[in-house]
Amino acid sequence: MKLTLKIWRQKDEHSKGKFESYQLDEVSPNSSFLEMLDQLNERLINDKKEPVVFDHDCREGICGTCSLYINGQPHGPDRGVTTCQLHMRRFKDGDTIHIEPWRAKSFPVIKDLMVDRSAFDRIMSAGGFISVNTSGNTQDANNIPINKEDADKAFDAAACIGCGACVAACKNASAMLFVSAKVSQFALLPQGQPESKQRALNMVRQHDKEGFGNCSNTGACEAECPKEISLENIARLNREYIGASLTTDA
Amino acid sequence: MTFQSKTPEGPLEQKWRNHKSNIRLVAPNNRDRIDVIIVGTGLAGGSAAATLAEQGYNVKAFCYQDSPRRAHSIAAQGGINAAKNYQGDNDSVYRLFYDTIKGGDYRSRESNVYRLAEVSANIIDQCVAQGVPFGRDYGGLLDNRSFGGVQVSRTFYAKGQTGQQLLLGCYSAMSRQIGKGKIKMYNRHEMLDLVIVDGKARGIIARNLITGEIERHSAHAVVIASGGYGNVYFLSTNAMGSNVTAAWKIHKRGAYFANPCYVQIHPTCIPVHGTNQSKLTLMSESLRNSGRIWVPKNIEDAKAIREGRKKGSDIPEEDRDYYLERRYPAFGNLVPRDVASRAAKERCDSGYGIENNETNEGVFLDFSTEIRKKGREAAFEQGISNPTADQIRKLGEKWIEAKYGNLFQMYQQITDDNPYKVPMKIYPAVHYTMGGVWVDYNLMSTIPGCFVIGEANFSDHGANRLGASALMQGLADGYFVLPYTIADYLADDIRTGKISTQLPEFDEVENNVKTRLNKLINNGGNKSVDHFHKRLGLIMWNKVGMARNEHDLKEAISEIDELRSEFWKDVFVPGSDDGMNQELEKAGRVADFLELGQLMAMDALNRNESCGGHFREEYRSDEGEAKRDDEHYTFVAAWEYHGEDIKNEMLHKEELKFENVELKTRSYK
Repeated sequence: MKLTLKIWRQKDEHSKGKFESYQLDEVSPNSSFLEMLDQLNERLINDKKEPVVFDHDCREGICGTCSLYINGQPHGPDRGVTTCQLHMRRFKDGDTIHIEPWRAKSFPVIKDLMVDRSAFDRIMSAGGFISVNTSGNTQDANNIPINKEDADKAFDAAACIGCGACVAACKNASAMLFVSAKVSQFALLPQGQPESKQRALNMVRQHDKEGFGNCSNTGACEAECPKEISLENIARLNREYIGASLTTDA
Repeated sequence: MTFQSKTPEGPLEQKWRNHKSNIRLVAPNNRDRIDVIIVGTGLAGGSAAATLAEQGYNVKAFCYQDSPRRAHSIAAQGGINAAKNYQGDNDSVYRLFYDTIKGGDYRSRESNVYRLAEVSANIIDQCVAQGVPFGRDYGGLLDNRSFGGVQVSRTFYAKGQTGQQLLLGCYSAMSRQIGKGKIKMYNRHEMLDLVIVDGKARGIIARNLITGEIERHSAHAVVIASGGYGNVYFLSTNAMGSNVTAAWKIHKRGAYFANPCYVQIHPTCIPVHGTNQSKLTLMSESLRNSGRIWVPKNIEDAKAIREGRKKGSDIPEEDRDYYLERRYPAFGNLVPRDVASRAAKERCDSGYGIENNETNEGVFLDFSTEIRKKGREAAFEQGISNPTADQIRKLGEKWIEAKYGNLFQMYQQITDDNPYKVPMKIYPAVHYTMGGVWVDYNLMSTIPGCFVIGEANFSDHGANRLGASALMQGLADGYFVLPYTIADYLADDIRTGKISTQLPEFDEVENNVKTRLNKLINNGGNKSVDHFHKRLGLIMWNKVGMARNEHDLKEAISEIDELRSEFWKDVFVPGSDDGMNQELEKAGRVADFLELGQLMAMDALNRNESCGGHFREEYRSDEGEAKRDDEHYTFVAAWEYHGEDIKNEMLHKEELKFENVELKTRSYK
């Protein structure tokens, strides 16, 4: 396949970026999208030019590191996959592909296509946990039976990989799908109950402090989420949050 | 340097308990006088960081990723073992211990393995308390599955994302401590060397990967939890960034490196598709609970499949060779990984491979039998008396989807084949490294104050790791072992005070690091880092891979030597060292892999026997199985660095004593 790539290049957070154009021939349809970029970078290096910087690691769709905005869609045109799982057979010979970083004030660009998502870590530190020490001195695991439906729903919420596609997809750059996934996971499990109110309040407070926008229920996040995290979680977060706001002093 | 395993005296089942009772403590009010550096935030590093911080130590944690949540433990699919005996199939701590020793082909330390089995049950309790959503049955209790090399169901799982859920649990525990200020987290930082002061590990030099700044960090102890070195093969199931640098740097500072030749080649990965391939993808071992592995009985059929004239589903039942079931009836498709991988290689080398790639390397993993069986069961449960074949298939596929849905989806995304309809094609790939930095019973390396945990150490899996035991070891080390043993060492440091980063030892190591970075960036060569990495990978895969022999290993040693000098003459690293530069990061890692690769070949050459993942073609039984030499090789090979020429590394032997288990030929027939 022959492709034209329009790739966002930006030296660092404070420099101005722009699109650069590249031609790439002989791309195999069996390559992954990131292997196609490897191919481009190998050529740039052979021409003594600086390769395109992009985030990636596991390349099997689970670590949440890769993060490209491809032809106006986070993680590209396929549903339910990350960029690293996207394959070139999805494109046609002669296509032009636009590749940009996540665009959100709370995700500043580090270089080219790489952004800083540490805001997500700070939201997690504000309440994304159950306050149990790791001494192992807990009760036997089977002393807490959990009905399968709740356990499965908690699992579905916990499948979030923290990639930030929800933010990139949202016109308000809201991270509510991310926050709600963690709040829901714990709200659905008996172990998460004791701190559920405080958790919802603290995580939402940190979310706002990081400059993410509000949720206006357009559902773009759910549509673009590579793990298909359900919008139901945001509804659950809202219930938790409103309940907590009315009944806690904090 | 001390080189004693420090295994406690006493009966096997009392060693850990007695040891814990006798080692020293650091009182809670003294713990905040002590700093601990942890490099790597996967299951081992993350759990250690969270636990030490909870106890009150000041923890500084480092990872090269942009968040601890992305460490490669996250990609572990199948599960975690624990001797809970929830299924009532006569499991016990002893059985888990015995299976692990046998699975490791009698090349691990009895005392370490027993301790691992002993704490395993507690891991599950801990993780459930943290909110890890393990798979459950309809009664609300935890479910289990079976893994290779065992005859009980002791593997706990969260669909095909067990590693993810355990790591996120661990990351949550870390996040809690980061929020309290007890862990200072350094994301996008890479450790580039270890600083030793008065014979003790006292700090590290790290590079901030965003700004390129070289930073000094001091502590009273340094814990390395940087994972395995499978990426020395270029293609592996490891993440792109997984590397040996931290472990290798401490090796060069005096830590012995043990059994580097023990590498696990995982039998069920998606076969190589072409030369631009950047990594290989695992299909979980759990699939072998339901899938049957086969190749055609007739070599013409294999050829026809490769040429696209026939499909797997065209081959009638009687013309299929379910070679694992044929060779190993007792364990069948659930033999350990090394055995399954070698059997696949044997069939493909004999011409029965079904994959249409350069090497024809691929075999089928077929779910059709299971789909029919589960479909019939579901039909019966639903009261459908005479189900049609179509109904059965649909119900069976639904069952498969509930159990392995994400794995099937991942397979389809990569290969464009629908594994519900056609058998998966799989082939072995590099997955895990049992070798690693040598540690004593306390998980301390031969450098005082430098501890090594998780996959980065060598300690628990011998020559072959059983499935679902890596997660178990990572969390056992980090949650339940290191936090006790490190206190015994730190008890001497309660009056030491802060370690200054202005000491001359820091100057010297920092200068070395900067000189090397300068050399790489100004090398002015003509070839990319990947060019060298791919060539190294080919040498390793062909000559230090699934089957090894004296001739090839000798060749590999000299070829890697030449490749290494060529690398330093001709590598080209674009850009500068004062900002984000991914090529510079890779260059440093590949430079270390080039040294390690040579040591792996030397270790493989030295070990004149076959055991576990280390298969020497000269040493096999009449039936083609691995043949150990217990008389001469029942030892851990621990290598000591002796200057730039790796060929000068010195071998030390830790004799392995088996007091509780009788050494037997490992049989899964």
